[in-house]
Amino acid sequence: MTTTIGAPRTGNPVMPTTVTPNPRPFRLVRHSMALAKRSLIKTARTPEALIDVTLQPVLFLVIFVYIFGGAVAGSTHDYLQFLLPGILAQTIATGCIAIGVNLNTDLAKGIFDRFRSLPVPRSAPLLGAVLGDIVRYVIVTFSTLAIGYVMGFRITTDPLSAAAGCALAVLFALCLSWLPVYVSMKVRTPGAVQGLMFAVIMPLSFASNVFVGTATLPGWMQGFVEVNPLTHLVGAMRGLFLGTPLGNHAWWTLAWCAGFVVVFMPLALRAYRKKV
Amino acid sequence: MTADLVIEAEGLVKHFGSTKALQGVDLAVPRGTVLGVLGPNGAGKTTAVRILSTLLNPDAGRASISGFDVVREAEKVRQVIGLTGQYASVDEDLTGRQNLELFGTLLDLGRAGARRRATELLEWFDLTDAAGRQAKTYSGGMRRRLDLAASLVGSPDVIFLDEPTTGLDPAKREDMWDVVRTLVKGGSTVLLTTQYLEEADALADEITVIDHGRVIAHDTPEGLKRVVGGQTLEVRPSDPGQLRLTASILSEVSSGAPADEIRKGMLAVPVTDDRAMTEAVARLAAAGVAVTELALHLPSLDEVFFTLTGRTAADDDTTKEEVAA
Repeated sequence: MTTTIGAPRTGNPVMPTTVTPNPRPFRLVRHSMALAKRSLIKTARTPEALIDVTLQPVLFLVIFVYIFGGAVAGSTHDYLQFLLPGILAQTIATGCIAIGVNLNTDLAKGIFDRFRSLPVPRSAPLLGAVLGDIVRYVIVTFSTLAIGYVMGFRITTDPLSAAAGCALAVLFALCLSWLPVYVSMKVRTPGAVQGLMFAVIMPLSFASNVFVGTATLPGWMQGFVEVNPLTHLVGAMRGLFLGTPLGNHAWWTLAWCAGFVVVFMPLALRAYRKKV
Repeated sequence: MTADLVIEAEGLVKHFGSTKALQGVDLAVPRGTVLGVLGPNGAGKTTAVRILSTLLNPDAGRASISGFDVVREAEKVRQVIGLTGQYASVDEDLTGRQNLELFGTLLDLGRAGARRRATELLEWFDLTDAAGRQAKTYSGGMRRRLDLAASLVGSPDVIFLDEPTTGLDPAKREDMWDVVRTLVKGGSTVLLTTQYLEEADALADEITVIDHGRVIAHDTPEGLKRVVGGQTLEVRPSDPGQLRLTASILSEVSSGAPADEIRKGMLAVPVTDDRAMTEAVARLAAAGVAVTELALHLPSLDEVFFTLTGRTAADDDTTKEEVAA
C-alpha cells in the first residue's frame, strides 16, 4: 500500500478552525466517564474476559450444591438457598481481581503515558477503570441469580429488598476493587497481582459464612469470621433475599465499603502518581 | 539572541538509581522550528523528552514550554503539547477512530468536536478505511501514523516526536518526514529525537547531539556536517574491470581525495558539496562507465560520535530509560 500523507486534504490539520479546546466544568466526572467507556469497549470486545464472572459462579454452584448439599444441609434445595448469596459474594470478590490484572498490564503499555501527557485529572484513568467495571459486577449478579433460578433458587422477600441486595453486592465490588487497583500499582507483573489477590480473597471467602454456618467453625476461627467483610455481605444478602435476620450485617457491609475506599483509593492514587 | 523560545531547558539532571540518565542538559527551540536531538540508545534522549512533556520530574535544573514551567505548571504545559513516542501510544483494543475520539473528549473538544477532529485526522493520515479496525490489527506504518495523529488531536503548538521513524522502511520514513514538514509549516514547534543524522539533517533547523546524558555538540545541520565531515559518494561500477577508471574519475570529482574500495567492487570518496553527485554521474557517463549502485551518504551516527568524542557511539543499549519508565 502506498500512501502519501504529506499534503493535508482537509485544511490545515495543525490549526483547525473547527475546534478549540475549551475547559468545561466537571472535568473529573466527564473524563472518568470517557475512560470508563473505554473500559466498556474493551470488555465488549473481549467477552472471554467475562469468564471469571459468568462461568465461575455456575461451576461453584453446581459442584457445591450437588456434591456437598446433601451432606451439609440434608437437601440440595435447602443448601442452594443458603449457598447462593455466598457464591455471589465470593464471585464478586474474585471478580475484582481482574481490574488489578488489567491495570497492571495497561500500565506497562504506552496508553497511560498518553493519558498523563493530556490535560486530564490524574485520578481520572483509575476512576474510569473502576467505574467501567460496574458492568462486570452487574453481569455477575444477574448470571448468578439466573443460574440459581434454573437450579431452583427462589427469592422469598420482595423485589425491593432483592434489588437492594443486588445493589449492595455491586457497591461492595466497586469499593473492594480499590484494593486490587492499589496492588496493581505496587507489583511488577499481572501474575503477581493475581496471585496476591487470590491469597487475600480465598481465605476471606472460605473462613466465612459462605459455605457453612459459622456455628460449626472452631472458636478461634469465629473471631476472624465475625469481622470478615464477606461474612457481613453474605449475611446482608441472605437477609435481603431470604428474609433471614438482617442484624447489623448491612451496616457492617457499608462500613467495610467505606473503609476500602477511604484506605485504598488514596493509596492507589498516590502509588499511581509515584509510579509514573 | 533572546528569540521567542518555545522549549527551554537548563541544566536538566535525572538519575535513576546509579544510572545518570541526564547530567545537565540545556535545550532551546525557537518558535516554528525543529530541533533534532541526536544520540545513541541510552544517551538520555527519551528521559529528556519525558521531562519536557511532564511525564517525569527532573532531579535538578528547570524547563519550560511556551513559558510554562514543566513541573509547577504541568497542567498548562499539557494543554499545548503533543507527544509521540515509543511509550505514549494508543489503546490497541480500541479502533483508530475510538482512540482519536477518546483523546478528543479528554481534550474537551466536546462530543461533536471530537468526532469531527477524528474524521479530519483519519483522513489526513490516510486511515479512513482502517478507522473501524482495532489498532492492534494495524501495520507498523499505520500504527505510527495513528500514534502521530493521536498526538495532534488537540492541535498542539509544541510537538515531541521520540524516534518517530525507528523501524520504518525508507518510503514510510519519507512520508513521516513530509508530515513533520507540514506541521512546521503550520506553525508548530517540533522537538525530534533520532539516531539518524540523515533524519536530523532532513528536518531539523538545529541539532543537539547528546551522549551519556550530556550535550556534546549543538549546531546547525551544515555546521555539524562541517565538523564531522561531509558526505560520502559510493559507486559500484557494473564491470569490475572498470574499478580503476572509476576510482580516478571519483578522485577528480572529490578534488583529489583518493577513492577507497570500501567493500568488494564498491568505491567511496568524500565529497563536500551536493553537486558532486551530478558531476560524478555526468563524468562516469562520458567515460562509458555503467554503474549498478550510486549513492550519497551522510556520516552514520557512529562516525559522528567518533569524530565528536574520539570513540565509537556508546551504544551500550542499556535500556535504562525503559526500566525507569
